[in-house]
Amino acid sequence: MLRYLIEKEFKQIKRDSFIPRLIFMLPIVAMIIFPYAANFDVKNINLSIIDNDKSSYSQSLIQKVQSSGYFRISNVSDNYSEAMESVESDESDLILEIPLNFERDLVKYQKADLMISANAVNGNKGGLGSAYLANIIAEYNGAIRMEHLKIVDNVSIPNMELIPLYRYNPTLKYEVFMVPALLIMILAMVCGFLPAFNIVGEKQSGTIEQINVTPVKKWTFILSKLIPYWIIGYIVLSIGMLIALLYWGLEPLGSLALIYFFATLFIIAFSGFGLVISNYATTVQQALFMMFFFVLTFIFMSGLYTPVANMPPWAQMISNFSPLKYIIEVLRLVYLKGSNLSELRTQLIALISFAVVFYGWAILSYRKTE
Amino acid sequence: MKVIETDKLTKKFGSFTAVDSISMEVEKGEIFGFLGANGAGKTTAMRMLCGLSTPTSGKGTVAGFDINKNPEDIKKNIGYMSQKFALYEDLKVWENLRLFGGIYGVPQKEIEPRIDKLLTTLGFMDEKNTMVKALPLGWKQKLSFSASIFHEPKIVFLDEPTGGVDPATRRQFWELIYDASDRGITVFVTTHYMDEAEYCDRVSIMVDGKIEALDSPKNLKSTFNVESMDEVFFQLARGAKNE
Repeated sequence: MLRYLIEKEFKQIKRDSFIPRLIFMLPIVAMIIFPYAANFDVKNINLSIIDNDKSSYSQSLIQKVQSSGYFRISNVSDNYSEAMESVESDESDLILEIPLNFERDLVKYQKADLMISANAVNGNKGGLGSAYLANIIAEYNGAIRMEHLKIVDNVSIPNMELIPLYRYNPTLKYEVFMVPALLIMILAMVCGFLPAFNIVGEKQSGTIEQINVTPVKKWTFILSKLIPYWIIGYIVLSIGMLIALLYWGLEPLGSLALIYFFATLFIIAFSGFGLVISNYATTVQQALFMMFFFVLTFIFMSGLYTPVANMPPWAQMISNFSPLKYIIEVLRLVYLKGSNLSELRTQLIALISFAVVFYGWAILSYRKTE
Repeated sequence: MKVIETDKLTKKFGSFTAVDSISMEVEKGEIFGFLGANGAGKTTAMRMLCGLSTPTSGKGTVAGFDINKNPEDIKKNIGYMSQKFALYEDLKVWENLRLFGGIYGVPQKEIEPRIDKLLTTLGFMDEKNTMVKALPLGWKQKLSFSASIFHEPKIVFLDEPTGGVDPATRRQFWELIYDASDRGITVFVTTHYMDEAEYCDRVSIMVDGKIEALDSPKNLKSTFNVESMDEVFFQLARGAKNE
């Protein structure tokens, strides 16, 4: 019985004008374009400089800022109001003010004040921009002091510098962080949304009535809806992983089998969730709207973009109910750290629970008799 | 032998009583006409008999199984053709038949020959590979009926099978119904057409959720002392509230 139902699902999917294309387009677009867009590295910060000193020191500081590569100097003026104007007209993100007598103070007292003010409308750009700028100034400061001390008495001073070692993502590339998570996002789109529209679509066209009047078992019917998306999920995941390898040069440090195993649990859970929505909705619009609501919540709570640890405690509580959180953790850990099954026990238990609950719920909420 | 029996079967939607305490019996092999105006409760009653809807109160058995307790067992023994076309438009003619044959557990080896035999009888072999959405309504209805009896059920329920169909096709349709009846399938059919009522062995007429009359067309005409079923229907339906 199941065979005939699955056969029917595949025929319908194959004949759909849209779904077969989506299966190939989605991973390609998402895996190649999204990592560029979802990138929090800040570059091209527009900087307005107020140079009240116009000395050789202030000039060399400006040079140094310019050569750092992070900043684009939008204008150099000698009064604050002009700089403010450029911020207000959105030409600048950051203002660096070099005070009068900057060079004199620095030489004479080995101490001078600089002011950085940031436009925090884009908090990320403002915050990171000030941090970068402060870094450059500190470096510059170090260089100057070295120079002076050398002149004063040729004694070398101990020069301390921190060398950070970023484990598992040595170059701190944002793509490396995003790509494994994006694999899950496309999987969630395909295995969540498509089933959500399926049963409700049959309700709207009336075909469900002809099914409901047959002796088909509820679990058989639901399984026939799940298995096709399971297979499609594998295809989408495989295409995505291939792009990760060929385009981003990322291959999992851990085992491939482990990724597919966890993906299977996730697909059961998430397709089950989609089917639950489908059972409760009476129109495709309702199903669409409900899915958007839940998927957005699941994604924002999952740590896909922002670490769960940064959330307030109550939000961290909610994030425990997002199946995406666990599977994204798994993908990142297996891809970047090479974790094995015993290190992923929490995620294993969580995803098995989600799979059981959502799949069971999908069966229970499907009503053959009103 | 009775294949359908109901005892005070009732369905309420909130304060509205769609089916009001109907009791009836249908014999094996009968063509039973289930008449009534729009909104009289025919479809609701039929959905209860098919196990698609749970009765609010009352009892009944279909093919020997209890409506309240074993609706899934009933489903094994019946065929159903809903008022609204409910086959898959994006499947071909033979694919729809194969699907429902498979669901009802027709052995795999038998499905293919049975499809060919059925389509030949219908004069429909040329359309075997046609996508269902491309068929005209009359053919869709015939296909829908064929799908509902493909697994040789004991009883077939037809909900306005000839609604919106031209007279020639209606005639062919009734030939199909007679064929099925000759093979021993009990036919339970709703209709608006009173000429079709004359083709039935017995008919019941529903008004406002109640069965107001139940007998053979001939006896009904003599009871009401009129010439045609049309007049019987008018006399009964005149008092209806839910029109």
